[in-house]
Formats: sequence, C-alpha cells, structure tokens
Amino acid sequence: MNKRISFRQSVLLGFGGLILFIGLWHGLAISGLVPRVFLPSPLEVYDRFTTLMERRFAGATLLGHMLASFERFAYGFILAAVVGIPLGLLMGWYRLLDEIVSPLFDALRFVAPIAWVPFAALWFGTGIGGPIMIIFAGAFPPCVINAYRGAKFVDPRLIEAANMLGTPSHRVIREVLVPSSVPSIISGLRVSAGLGWQSLVGAELIVASAGVGYLMVQGQANISTTTVMSGMVAIGLVGLALDSSLRLAERVILRKRGLEN
Amino acid sequence: MGVIQFKNVGKVFGPKESGFVALKDINLEIADKEFVAIVGPSGCGKTTCLRLVAGFDNPTDGAVMVDGTPIKRPGPNRAVVFQQFALFPWKSVYDNIDIGLRNLSVPKAERQSRIAAILNLMNLEPYAEHFPHQLSGGMQQRVAIARAYVLDPDVLLMDEPFGALDAQTRVVMQEELVRLARKNPRTVLFITHAVEEAVYLADRVVIMTRAPGRIKEVLDIASIRKAEDWDSHEKIEDVMDLESFVHLRTQIWRSLREEKADQHA
Repeated sequence: MNKRISFRQSVLLGFGGLILFIGLWHGLAISGLVPRVFLPSPLEVYDRFTTLMERRFAGATLLGHMLASFERFAYGFILAAVVGIPLGLLMGWYRLLDEIVSPLFDALRFVAPIAWVPFAALWFGTGIGGPIMIIFAGAFPPCVINAYRGAKFVDPRLIEAANMLGTPSHRVIREVLVPSSVPSIISGLRVSAGLGWQSLVGAELIVASAGVGYLMVQGQANISTTTVMSGMVAIGLVGLALDSSLRLAERVILRKRGLEN
Repeated sequence: MGVIQFKNVGKVFGPKESGFVALKDINLEIADKEFVAIVGPSGCGKTTCLRLVAGFDNPTDGAVMVDGTPIKRPGPNRAVVFQQFALFPWKSVYDNIDIGLRNLSVPKAERQSRIAAILNLMNLEPYAEHFPHQLSGGMQQRVAIARAYVLDPDVLLMDEPFGALDAQTRVVMQEELVRLARKNPRTVLFITHAVEEAVYLADRVVIMTRAPGRIKEVLDIASIRKAEDWDSHEKIEDVMDLESFVHLRTQIWRSLREEKADQHA
C-alpha cells in the first residue's frame, strides 16, 4: 500500500480531491435540498469573490480588507517573534530563567487566543492594539517553545568545541546556540504564523473596523452567504501563501545544512 | 611546552560518597612532545582522563596540570579532536578552522597563511569552501585535526578520533597522523580501545582497569620502535607484521583480557 507517490501524482491527487469537493458542493447546492441563500453554489461564490475584489464592501475592496488583516497580522507576528525567540533561547540556555518562567508560561499558553479578546478590547480597544495583542497571544507560544527546544537540544559537543577553541560565552550564544537552533526556530515560526493568522480572523470578528473578519461579519448582517464564504476563501488563500513561503525558507535553510531528507 | 601531570587524581560523578567512581589514584606524567595512548575496556574512565585535561570536567580529588598550572576550564592551548568531529555544520571548512585563531586575535594576514599551510598539510585545499556535510567522515575528521593543529597547541587531546571511521579510512588517517606528528611534534594524549592503533601511534601505552578506573600498566613503545627501526617501514601493515609489534600487541591484549577475567571472577 505504501507505494512511493511522485510529485506529479501528488499534485494530481490533490487537485482531484479539490474538484471532487467542489463537485459535491455544487451538486448539493443545485439539488434544492438546502435553501440557496444559505448554500450558494461554488460559481456564485466565485462571482461574488471577483466582484468584491473590484467593488468596495464594508468600506473597502476584498483586497483592501486582506491587506488590512495582513498588516495587523504582521505587527503581531513580528512582535511575537522578536520577543518570543530570544526568550525561548535564553530559557533553554539559562537553567534559572527556565525554572522561573516555565510554570507561568505553561499556564498562560492554555488561555486560547480567542479568550484574550475581551481583555484585549478592554486594554487596547478595538483599534490596532487589541487585534495585535490577540495575534500575539496566538503566535507567541510556538516561537518560545521552539526556540527553547532548539537551545535545549544543541549538541553539547559543539558547545565544548567552541569552549576549547577559546570562544567567549556571549559569542557561544551567537555563534553556536543561535545557528544550531535555527531549524527549530523556523518550524516554530511556521506554526506561529498559522496560529497567529487564525487568531487574527477570530479577533476581527469582534473588534476592528476593517479586515477580512470584519467583512464577514458585515456579510452575515446582510444575510449574504456568498460574502461570508468569499471571506473564508480569502483567509484560506492567504494562510496557504504564508505557510508555503515559510516552508520554502525552511527548505532552503535545511538544504544548506545538508539536513533535508 | 606541554607537560601533562595527573597527581592522585580521582573523579566521582554524583555525590562524593555514593556517586559513581570513574577514576581513582591516577598518577601519570606525560613529557613534552610525548605521544601517550590510553587503552582500556569501555567505561574504564579513559575519556574522563582526557576531559579533565581538556577542562570540560574538574577532578574530585588531586590535580591535573599542564606545565604546572592546574586546569580549571577549556582553552585553546589544549586542543581537542572529538570522535564525532564536532564541526560547526553552518560554517565552511575554512571558517571552522579559522574560529580558534580569530578568538586568539591573530591578525588576519597571519590567519590566512596559517590556514593555507594547514589545509595544504592535510590535503584539504580543494575543500576550503565546502561545508562539513558535503565531506566524507574521513575528510571531516581531517578538518577537525586541522582545526586543532592550526592553533599550535601545547597539548593535543584526541578522543577515539578514528572510532567513527571505516577500516580503510582509519588506516589512512593513522598513517597521516604519524606523518603529521613527525613533522610537527606535540604532546598528544590519545584515547582508543583499538590496541594496534595505540601500539602503532604511541610512545607509551597506558592500560587502565575497569571502573573504578586505575592505571594498571604503562608500556614503553618508543624504545622498541627505535631499537627495531619501525620508522623505516612506510606502511602500517608492514609495521604490524614485525615480531616486536606482534609481541607488544599480544602483551597488551593479555593484560586487557586479565582485566575482563577479574571482572567475572
């Protein structure tokens, strides 16, 4: 059963699955079993999607909403990476910091990003601050955890080699700890981007006055299922693009190290 | 200079009273430019001896000294070659060799000429810009030896350096190390469990007992090598055929085997 599947076959199979799904959806939509208002056909959603790209709805075109969402996401994600990666590395390197921070961090990360919404709205309002904090809440833990793992599992021989070569300790962090943690950090960033992007849309359903989530809420208010579904497609596409670009970066780095399987 | 001294050295891992006794009453002096190999059954503490000289661990009792100074931490005057190479995978061959010199603040021009010389000596010139993963195991270990040698260390510490290599590569590396040691003699502490390797390379062979590790016997190889003129043979297999070589090898084997018999008694 576990025959090797070539890249071409894998692409074909993926497309097949997609087409099957759209076919079933279309069949169900035109069958009349579900009212068309609630289940539009794929073609209608496609129509609406292209229209939204050109015409403004809820204050902006779909592209405008996507850009607004992405901007928010970028702030939250970068903030999470800038704070999370150094914290994780230092926790992996300094035992004492690990002992102090770990219990607190472990408890906090069980508060789902969406559960930060009321708090974020109280503290930072519904402008740019609130959503950024919610994205941060989603993107931060994987950054910390993966940087921590990277630092914790650095080959002790490499540290010894650096020491015997007379490397001062601040340079050991920069020249051994950081580079040897890079593969782990990158895979953390991938998870982090995914969670951050998911939290963003969740946040926008409640706060903010632009963005894909906001567009969807407005669509819901107008009982426009096609608008809501266009928003979902946009979220999926941006998420896919984000993940693919990080995966590419991961592959390039691993190949340089000779770690690619 | 590079005189290594072990004075009543003991090493316990864990609590001093109830922990694992790795070394006990080790007394050994290794002269400047002498090549000493330690052999012994696995777990006899031979690698611990090397780690004490390297400064990766500190003794529980006694003192380990280089040129009369007790060792506290690792340093570039005691270069280590590890069994698993321990090259930095994100640095090129050139940069791997350069790190130690840079840490010693050697001027750039001098660094370049010293690295060029060692690359040439180790037949690594075509690979300067390669990364470790692009090289075979034997080549990687050459880089690790170059990285240690380029520092011009007082003491060279080699922890089963050829243990991870296949048999043919191993022989080539052993011959190369002899060539290198003759051109550029150093104080070498060499850890191995391969008896023939120890006899072929070393001036003296130290045989250790099972845990707690003690020195059981020290054999002088240098005088026999000189008397029987081993150095007139270029190939390792020719030396290994000599009666004097076979005799020494058997003597060490016997001593190690007694060690195992003691254990089972």
